[in-house]
Amino acid sequence: MSTVYIPMLSFTDAAKTALADTQLRRNLGKATQTIRTKRAEVVHEMEDWQGLREAGRAIKERTLRHLDHYLLELEQSVQRAGGHVHWARDAAEACQIVTRLVQQHGTSEVVKVKSMTTEEIGLNEALAEAQITAFETDLAELIIQLANEKSSHILVPAIHKNRSEIREIFLDNLAPEHVAGLTDVPADLARAARSHLRQKFLSAKVAISGANFAVAETGTVCVVESEGNGRMCLTLPPVLISVMGIEKLIPTWQDFEVFMQLLPRSSTGERMNPYTTFWTGVAASDGPQEFHLVLLDNGRINTLADEIGRQALNCIRCSACLNICPVYERTGGHAYNSVYPGPIGAILTPQLVGTEHAASLPFASSLCGACYEVCPVKINIPEVLVHLRAKVVRQHQKERRVHTYEYQEGVVMKALSYIFSNRRRYEAAQRLARIGQLPFVHGGKIDALPGKLAGWTTVRDLRPVPQQSFRDWWRKRQAQGGSTAEGVRS
Amino acid sequence: MSDVQQIGDARSTMLGQIRAALRDVPPTERPEDVPVARDYQQHSTAAREAIIEQFIEFTVDYKAIVHRVREAELAHEIALICQARKLSRLIVPDDLPEAWLAEIKERAEIDTRADSRTDPLSNENLDASDGVLTGCALAIAQTGTIILDSGAYQGRRAITLVPDYHLCVVFTDQIVGIVPEAIRALHPTIVQERRPLTFISGPSATSDIELNRVEGVHGPRTLEVIVVERDPAATS
Ligand code: SF4
Repeated sequence: MSTVYIPMLSFTDAAKTALADTQLRRNLGKATQTIRTKRAEVVHEMEDWQGLREAGRAIKERTLRHLDHYLLELEQSVQRAGGHVHWARDAAEACQIVTRLVQQHGTSEVVKVKSMTTEEIGLNEALAEAQITAFETDLAELIIQLANEKSSHILVPAIHKNRSEIREIFLDNLAPEHVAGLTDVPADLARAARSHLRQKFLSAKVAISGANFAVAETGTVCVVESEGNGRMCLTLPPVLISVMGIEKLIPTWQDFEVFMQLLPRSSTGERMNPYTTFWTGVAASDGPQEFHLVLLDNGRINTLADEIGRQALNCIRCSACLNICPVYERTGGHAYNSVYPGPIGAILTPQLVGTEHAASLPFASSLCGACYEVCPVKINIPEVLVHLRAKVVRQHQKERRVHTYEYQEGVVMKALSYIFSNRRRYEAAQRLARIGQLPFVHGGKIDALPGKLAGWTTVRDLRPVPQQSFRDWWRKRQAQGGSTAEGVRS
Repeated sequence: MSDVQQIGDARSTMLGQIRAALRDVPPTERPEDVPVARDYQQHSTAAREAIIEQFIEFTVDYKAIVHRVREAELAHEIALICQARKLSRLIVPDDLPEAWLAEIKERAEIDTRADSRTDPLSNENLDASDGVLTGCALAIAQTGTIILDSGAYQGRRAITLVPDYHLCVVFTDQIVGIVPEAIRALHPTIVQERRPLTFISGPSATSDIELNRVEGVHGPRTLEVIVVERDPAATS
């Protein structure tokens, strides 16, 4: 059985709670906007961006269609380079393997690099049960761990905390020598974390990490990071255990020339992230002398079996789709109640745990398509969403639990895809809507649609169709000799 | 169930399930039959000097301090920087050219400690130092990246990680224009020698606190780079 944190609340309930939290909304708004702007700037620098995206997609497709072949090649390469390979069908099995390895080295403390995969399998909790303390070493993870919470963003998990909250968490939880005279200036907060963690890095016997990529051809594993805690964990302790989802594979070393361009620019909006470590098994007298790679299924093979849903496994966890998503920007990661939030969470989590356990997630989107445009590996998120929605509805119909709004959405989606797929139909529909909507507009938004469509507005306030569409405006602007697309962005 | 059994079970179950999940893939299809168009830049078209200038600009952009000198001036530059930073305990890899340290050696106040794989300094020793001086394997202009491959003049990874300050020498002929050129050049290191690699782009940083970039969390908080024009006459 696979375990991912199964959404307990439905997305709609959790989103209502999150929307009421103004601090969270303010932080998220600022964060997503900052990253969005940075990303757009550095992506704009790259003339061959679309070529890179297509190559990234194609490499992932090649890998997934021949995953068995490449996994065996990876196993061989890692072993040849002096590493050990373990296979784990589910979370429990992976946790068991890691716990046993740690116990074999007779230590009760490990240092950890942020990894969504280890969060997905609940590794820290499993280690705690075996009386092993896992120290999270990313600043944000440290904050989250000390505050006893779950992360809300792939990349900036503590995006929902502001500096004075962080200061308080540190004052309450770190030893006095690390927080003497602590202010809420970010550099000061970082210094407290540095001093708190340094002794742990220098003395730890075992480190645990995830992996961004692993190369079948050479057995090279890679961790992309910013703070240097990754390098610390990957270099100093004598034993390294890395837990990796089986989809993180890439066939050849050369493929890094694509992903080392796509990932940093899409993720933090940098030309290159500050630190990336690549290691191939063990290196004599340099870094860990024992290396274990745990290959994790935990629902991935299920996802692979769905020909449309499979593309979710292309994901390189850059979080660009989160930052661009209007739904995510307003609700934050916690509303998704899963390790993988945002648009990617909406298509990945239901597939990993089964749509029957996360039925509301595929509906957490307005299908605006912005996520597809920014995705560096061209995952067609809207396509997978619609596909999964249909799956959920079919399931519910089978179980005679047809919820009006979900059922109607099936109808609406079919109509919408018919309309959206053709420009003339789309424009005609817009014109029609502008006239037809008048009776339902209240206070600048549509909050109650009539008849069969009422279910739609119980969970959404619709913005009325504007009097002038973007296309109309654009055409007029072009006709007036208006400026280029670049001018529009601001 | 024994460990060996469990591993065997998980492995064969997973491989079996993967093959079943991929039933839409024709059995005759080989991996290379799935087309991968590499329709992106493979070589930089910029002139040498433009590449060097871009490397400097982007490295500075990521908050590193950069100097540019001719090879004949290198030893002097190193000594000046160490003096300005008041470094008294400097770690160096044991294969670092003597010539680089010529001027430092004349200064009694700077104590250099050589680290080697056969005689490594302890982590505590590295932690107590003021900084480290190394060369590099390669650099990328387009991203402002320095690449260490544990090769010549670089030492093992820990020495460029634990100290709080890293002074790195980059020769202009080590700078490539774009990422694909670097990945290609590193292929033999990875395939034949399996040496670990570190890509460094500016000093360590976090944006975790309200997205303000803060330099220096765990790696060296200061990265200083000397870009060196090789002098055909000089011996190094
Ligand atoms: S789905 Fe695409 S955009 Fe979203 S995190 Fe994954 S790779 Fe990035």
